Amino acid sequence: MLKHKDILGLYDLSAEEIDEILTVGESMKKLLRQNIKKLPHLQGKSVTTLFYENSTRTRCSFELAAKYMGAHVVNIAAESSSVKKGETLVDTGKTLDAMKNDVIIIRHPMGGAPRLLAQTVKAHVVNAGDGMNEHPSQALLDMLTMRENFPTLEGLNVAILGDIRHSRVAKSNLFGLKKMGANVRMYAPKTLIPTAIDRLGAKVCTSREEAVDGADVVMGLRIQLERQHGGLFPSLGEYAKFYGVNEEVMKYAKPGALVMHPGPVNRGVELTSGLIDGDTSRIEEQVLSGIAVRMAILFLLTKEEL
Amino acid sequence: MILKNASVVFPDGVKKVDVRTEGRLIAEIGKNLKGEDVLDCTGLTVFPGFIDLHVHFREPGFEKKENIESGSKAAVKGGFTQVCCMPNTNPVVDNKVVVSYIKSRAKEVGLCKVHPVGAITKGQEGKELSAIGAMKAAGIVALSEDGKTVVDTKIMSLAMQYASDFGLICLCHCEDKALVDGGVVNEGYSSTLTGLKGSIRAAEDSIIAREICLSESLDIPVHICHVSTYSGIQLIREAKARGVKVTAESCPHYFTLTDEVICSFDTNTKVNPPIREERDRLAVIEGYKDGTLDCIVTDHAPHHEDDKNVEYNLAAFGISGIETSFALSYTQLVQSGELSLSELADKMSRNPANVLSLEGGEIAVGKVADFAICDLNEEWTIDPEQFASKGKNTPFAGRKVFGKVKYTVVDGEIKYEENERDYRQTH
Repeated sequence: MLKHKDILGLYDLSAEEIDEILTVGESMKKLLRQNIKKLPHLQGKSVTTLFYENSTRTRCSFELAAKYMGAHVVNIAAESSSVKKGETLVDTGKTLDAMKNDVIIIRHPMGGAPRLLAQTVKAHVVNAGDGMNEHPSQALLDMLTMRENFPTLEGLNVAILGDIRHSRVAKSNLFGLKKMGANVRMYAPKTLIPTAIDRLGAKVCTSREEAVDGADVVMGLRIQLERQHGGLFPSLGEYAKFYGVNEEVMKYAKPGALVMHPGPVNRGVELTSGLIDGDTSRIEEQVLSGIAVRMAILFLLTKEEL
Repeated sequence: MILKNASVVFPDGVKKVDVRTEGRLIAEIGKNLKGEDVLDCTGLTVFPGFIDLHVHFREPGFEKKENIESGSKAAVKGGFTQVCCMPNTNPVVDNKVVVSYIKSRAKEVGLCKVHPVGAITKGQEGKELSAIGAMKAAGIVALSEDGKTVVDTKIMSLAMQYASDFGLICLCHCEDKALVDGGVVNEGYSSTLTGLKGSIRAAEDSIIAREICLSESLDIPVHICHVSTYSGIQLIREAKARGVKVTAESCPHYFTLTDEVICSFDTNTKVNPPIREERDRLAVIEGYKDGTLDCIVTDHAPHHEDDKNVEYNLAAFGISGIETSFALSYTQLVQSGELSLSELADKMSRNPANVLSLEGGEIAVGKVADFAICDLNEEWTIDPEQFASKGKNTPFAGRKVFGKVKYTVVDGEIKYEENERDYRQTH
């Protein structure tokens, strides 16, 4: 059983809780593979997605996960909501609570916002990404995808390359993978590596080759063009040349090592098209894992009430 | 008035003597003094009234957060007899009218002495000098751009020179905003763990270094506000060693807390400069011990709950600190054996008086009769609901501390008495 009212981040979850979510997620994925999209678990429940940042895949994924299990789903985008009229997050939360929402899924550009919401509302809160803090469902879907391809996460070598400094995905993966016994290496320009990330358990490498050497999984993270304008690197071209993952770099990884990316991908920047579309790519598989793991989260959070 | 049987804190130690006041001055210090109007101070310790060089009383403009009356009540409750109010009000304190307004409001309130600080530049916009001479004539005691740095180094150098003609010094808020770049906490392990945007020490240190360079080049005194970094303290230490006329202050939250407190996302831990790491906290204590840091100030920054009950990034910077400063300082610095009571009195009263040439700061015949009379043995729990300040924003709620202010005497009159929860305002 989950010991939390909310899923705010993997930092807060125990290995047992992560294992339970992944195990339920695996069952959900089996059903999805059989094209079973009508489950009763959330019948009579209300789920609201509250997105203060643009998102296509994460919002869709949560929405489908809730709908496949029979929930009523309402989607709120910040642009069209009372937020534009100056309502605070706390007041928005109180309103959603008064409407008897069972689960609120929030994405917010500021770290800690889901925690503030969770402290305010009776509903279960699921963090769908907050600033540079965490994106727990993304890391869980990544781990689910890995677990399908390897007997265990324990001892797995995972290399993460890309914009790690601004990435909540990197952090949630680091917290989750370390708890499950995997090794996490990171590589990026110094301007894209967070301070003291090594003290959180990552091995910060000094070259692409070192990061990828002996890796079971190589994960690219999106490089945003805005970062170039912020002076964090000179150009996407230079990034690709010195920091991108290509077929040559992948030769250092274990044979058959998986290529992953949370998307959306900049083809030829973080990863070459050959790798994105290759046999070892699991990028599309990650998308289905996403719905499965979000179904598991919603089910486990609301289960006690059934 | 006679303070009987008190332990009185002098610069050279604590002595059991009586203190007799006459009018607003100290008339006599000695054993077994006789007279009327006796205040029994048995078991209590008498400090010179505390002087806070750095507070925000928010009036005019932000009375929802604090006003001169609530701020003054909080000050005397904390043992403070004189405070210096920063100019980032609305309108900004950049002309004599606002200075006169604050002075007259403080007089109406009639609790502690409230000294306005003028802005260095008009509107704190960093472009043209504010009406420095006229504000001095109206009663400002210093200049500051607090809340920001005067970005243009040339303007800053001219301000320091012009101000010195009027006997005013600049209290410098040191922050390179371009380098801070929206950071809200110290950059380090805790900022990475929380994903809150960090700001590196150099954002503070580089401007501290600039102000030291200006002071040294121009041979004009300068005062560095709320130092929070070990490296900034070292810059000041080295400057002092070669004779630069620099003085500096820090605050209780910098010698009490480390940035682990941000991991709760409690917006009451959001303050500028940010709470930093253990090596910084230890350096602040060391700075007080070796004299690098001259003053303990509060940077009392009261805010309304509405300004804090929001996302961490959106929350206002600041801690409501004037009612907890003495107890935190006593507990953290004296009880732990780092400073003597006399040294604490230096940091909270004598040195602040000297930096801005204010009265008081010392208990001696002929000096003004300003006292903070405290029970050092009383342990109490910080409860923001009990604050006199409108600002309940403290990261210290629930913390147990020693040292309770029992009476505050200003100009020979009791202005605060704890047992009666009594503020004696003169109207």
